[in-house]
Order: sequence, then C-alpha cells, then structure tokens
Amino acid sequence: MIVADRKSLEEILSMVKDYKNILILGCKGCVTVCNVGGVKEVEILASALRIARQKEENEINIDTNVIERQCDNEYVAQIKDSVGNYEAVVSMACGVGPQFLSEAYREQKFYPAVNTTFFGGAVAHGIWEERCAGCGTCIIHDFDGLCPVARCAKSLLHGPCGGSSKGKCEISKETTCIWDSIVSKKMEQGRLNDLLKVRAVKDWRTARDGGPRRSIREELTK
Amino acid sequence: MRLSYPSNIKVIQVPCTGRVDILHLLNAIENGADGVYVAGCLEGECHYLTGNIKTRKKVNYVKRVLQEIGIEPERVAMFNLSSAMGLRFAEIAREMDEKIKALGPTPVRKKEAA
Repeated sequence: MIVADRKSLEEILSMVKDYKNILILGCKGCVTVCNVGGVKEVEILASALRIARQKEENEINIDTNVIERQCDNEYVAQIKDSVGNYEAVVSMACGVGPQFLSEAYREQKFYPAVNTTFFGGAVAHGIWEERCAGCGTCIIHDFDGLCPVARCAKSLLHGPCGGSSKGKCEISKETTCIWDSIVSKKMEQGRLNDLLKVRAVKDWRTARDGGPRRSIREELTK
Repeated sequence: MRLSYPSNIKVIQVPCTGRVDILHLLNAIENGADGVYVAGCLEGECHYLTGNIKTRKKVNYVKRVLQEIGIEPERVAMFNLSSAMGLRFAEIAREMDEKIKALGPTPVRKKEAA
C-alpha cells in the first residue's frame, strides 16, 4: 500500500490560516490502513485544528467527510454537491487525492495534510517499511523476493557496497542491508551461484526517469 | 471511607481505560475542559491485559498535540491505581485539581462561552 505521514499541525495551520470554513476529506484506501487519513485521523485533525484556532480566538468551522477512495473519479464525484460550501478543502489522502480533487473541481482549493512517503507494509503494529520503489520492471525473482532497488540505499544490483556491516546499512543502524539478506538467503538455499548471473543494464525508462507513467488495460477501456 | 475530593472533577466511567480514545481527550479540551486525566489500573494488572498501556500512549499523543498547539501538556495526564486504592484516588484528584488551578483556565474558549 501507499504509506504516508501526517504533516505537522503547524504546517497545516499555516495552510488554512486565512480560512474560516473548511472541509477535511479523508480516504478509506491506503491512508486508512496506515492510520494517517481515515475516519479517526480526520476527526483528530479536525479537533486539533479547532482547538488551535479557538486558542487564537479565531474560530474555524470544520466539516469532515471520508470517501471510499480519492483516486477514483466515481468516488470523487460523491462530494460534488458539498465541495462548493467551503473556502478550502484539506485532503488526508496520499498525493493522488488532492490532484484528482483539483482536476475534478477547478474552482476549489485543495491542500494536502500528509506527506506521501513510500510503497510498503506494516512490519509491526504501528511501524511501516518501504518495500517497493515502483520502478516499472520487477526483477525481485532474481533476488529471492527481496528488492535491492527499493531497499538498498544505492539501489545496487550486483552485490553489497563497503557500507554493509553486520547485516546493517551504513545509513542507519535501523536499516537492514538488503544485500546481506539476499546473500544470506541464497547461501541458506545453496543457490549462491545464482548471483553470478550477468544481467543487462536495467532499463530505467519504465521508472520515473521516463516521465509520468500510464497504465492501459484495453479490455477495460470504453 | 467517605473520602472527599474536589467537586469540580467530573468522573466518566469506562469499562477499561483501553476504551478511552485520543478523540475523547481532544473533545474534552475542545469543549472547554481545563484539564482531563485518565485513572487506569496499575500497569501489569489490566483485566484486559494491555488497555492501560495502550491508553498511556494515547494520552502521550494528546500531550504532544497540545504542545504543538502551544497549550500546557500537563492539562492531560494518566495515573495508575487499583480499585482498592480509594485514598490514592482522592489524592490524585486533589493533585490534579491543584496543578490545573496553578495553570489557570484553559485558553480554549468558545466565543459564545466567553
């Protein structure tokens, strides 16, 4: 899923400082699962903003709503009757949400309440880690399901660098050296020779290097 | 025991402090409470195993939110005591009452209430 972190209250407060009537719009997709922009988080942000503005004696009216997904126009359309009732809308979805909203409602102003960080999963309750870089050409079958593109700080494809020490990456003691994990797994399975394979240079045009990407499934298009 | 504690404290009963949510605490502050504290079971003695530990984290979250807004985080607190500790309950109520009185009224006032 897409993982995000909420922006600081200070930053969100500065975004809405000129408004007295806003909507906070959550999303029931990824940001609900990573506990940053679902039903509860929307209410918490609304309450915190109201408290801050009451303290400044500059009260703000905040309505809240949460739609199924902000990355699908059919759900974005569900707010068409109410979106015009506000001076601005704060979206708690990933970076996709405010953009779909902005494209659908040109006359309204949309602000992001979260920083979208990575594609990943929960490794423990309350802790998420990056697992995929969305490079567009998956090669993890060569590395026993572990991705060096996303999980090596340098995205090295031919083995660890000199910064690997005791299974950790030099960037942080918290960060696993994924190459240490790949080599360990290959050794456990007696398949270390797999790593001798000479591979063609990776084609990064399918990643962001090729510009904004598009996915088309002909059988679904109208 | 007929112990007395400050009459300005409103007690809200919950089956376990684990039921207390971040939103309950924020809503109390938003609606003008000068302070709010959670009285949970002793750590390690939660009838539901970890309700009080989880809520301590929620209380700390609310403290961080208040800090960010510029409101004294001491207005929100968590205490641990058993149901057999009536004396301590009254003592905590007095402690909290004194602490909040020292801080003064909440800066969060709705216009119509002012």
